[in-house]
Amino acid sequence: MINLRLKRQMQTSRGPEWIDLDLSMASGGFVSLFGKSGAGKTTVLRMLAGLIPPQEGRIEVDGDVWFDSGRKINKPIQQRKVGFVFQDNCLFPHMTVRENLAYACLPGHHDGIQEWIGLMGLSGLEGRKPHQLSGGQKQRAALARALVGRPRMLLLDEPFSNLDRQARLELQDEIMRVYRKTRITMVLVSHDLWETFRMSEMIFVIDRGRITKNGSPDEVFVNNDLSGKFQFTGEVLDICKEGVVNILTLGIGHQITKVVAGDEEISDLKVGSMVIVAAKAFNPLLFKI
Amino acid sequence: MNYDWQPLLLTFQLALIVTLILLVIGIPIAYWIAFSNNRFKYVFETLVSMPLVLPPTVIGFYLLIAFSPQYAMGHFLESALGLKVVFTFTGLVIASVLFSLPFMVNPIKAGFQNFPTALIEASYCLGKGSWETLWRVILPNIKPALLTGVVMAFAHTIGEFGVVLMIGGNIPGRTQLASIAIYNEVEALNYQTAGVYALVLVVVSFIVLFLFYYLNRRVLRIF
Repeated sequence: MINLRLKRQMQTSRGPEWIDLDLSMASGGFVSLFGKSGAGKTTVLRMLAGLIPPQEGRIEVDGDVWFDSGRKINKPIQQRKVGFVFQDNCLFPHMTVRENLAYACLPGHHDGIQEWIGLMGLSGLEGRKPHQLSGGQKQRAALARALVGRPRMLLLDEPFSNLDRQARLELQDEIMRVYRKTRITMVLVSHDLWETFRMSEMIFVIDRGRITKNGSPDEVFVNNDLSGKFQFTGEVLDICKEGVVNILTLGIGHQITKVVAGDEEISDLKVGSMVIVAAKAFNPLLFKI
Repeated sequence: MNYDWQPLLLTFQLALIVTLILLVIGIPIAYWIAFSNNRFKYVFETLVSMPLVLPPTVIGFYLLIAFSPQYAMGHFLESALGLKVVFTFTGLVIASVLFSLPFMVNPIKAGFQNFPTALIEASYCLGKGSWETLWRVILPNIKPALLTGVVMAFAHTIGEFGVVLMIGGNIPGRTQLASIAIYNEVEALNYQTAGVYALVLVVVSFIVLFLFYYLNRRVLRIF
């Protein structure tokens, strides 16, 4: 089990706010910290990695105490053996892909390099420097570098946010493949609902430094009380009054659609609110495209 | 006409030794200033940069007093260690190292401060300590800053006058540097000799700076 009890002040655009949370997750699982920008997700991940210390709290991983403010324990990041994939890859610019991977290995333990280069689809690119790679290739190289040292946990800090849709999906597949192969604990930080839903086994929704919801993707994102035949989650893009009804413009996936809503339905909605759109009165028409 | 090349050789010898010493001590000093959270680092940073604003004669004067055998430190160095500083080449090296310190430290410090923190964190996450990160990640990526420090320290040492005159005197063959020799020759109305010395300094300085800008662009192009 991984148990975190963390307290730390963070600076946000709204001013200083406190991260104050207590969470447990199973080792070997795929966990996501989901929330809006500035919610404190990355700060939690950085505390777990050991890049910054909590002001108060305790981090325990499989019985091994990494941090305990009461007992003044703070295991150095180098001894935590975590792989960290950053938002902007952080490959060393003066090294080739192979050299980046070799840097992550202990001296004399370079045997896994070629295997990871192959697994990540980087064969033929190992002699290239980061500026000679595409965004997706860079992130795959960063992922290989994070894994080649055999970490006990992989921390992913919005690794898809700088990628186009195709590269994003490919990298998500790679990570899922790696997860199924290695079964190491993965902690993903994301503000993207779809990737969080698609990849995670367990989700913690964080808002203003606190956990507001947690559970499986279905428990967190799908309102099972509804008896709808199908339902989607979307974001309110616009609310417009038209006579006696309101027209809501919603972003659902990569589609924008308009729906009619009554005054009561929109009373607690504003632009940016997340909503579930469910249709239950008819069978939908399906067309192959 | 015979020219005494000794002042020029001594000048380049001094500049080379001072630059090497500054490179060795400048990197840790710049690293400490750039990354330390010590509250006294600003005092230290200010002291390092003092030679930029003080007249060279002020630093020369204090060094002369400090290392003079008539005062405590100079007396101790001479009696206990047999080390003569005033009016010796050793004195020139010590004075030049202090006087050129900001020219080495400041560019390297800027290189450290502008280096992306995320790359340092990435190295730590891969299990590497601060020494290995400095040696294998940071320094190879701040070559332009290192090159700037080396060239600036070298060029500045070649051009010193006030501080080396105060601490080294004007002893031909031992402490008489090219800049002092030029002044001597002009005082003695030997304009031709002064002109030759000056021309050599101009040409060497030009070549050093030209190579610096050329190499700097090449180094930058690699990244």
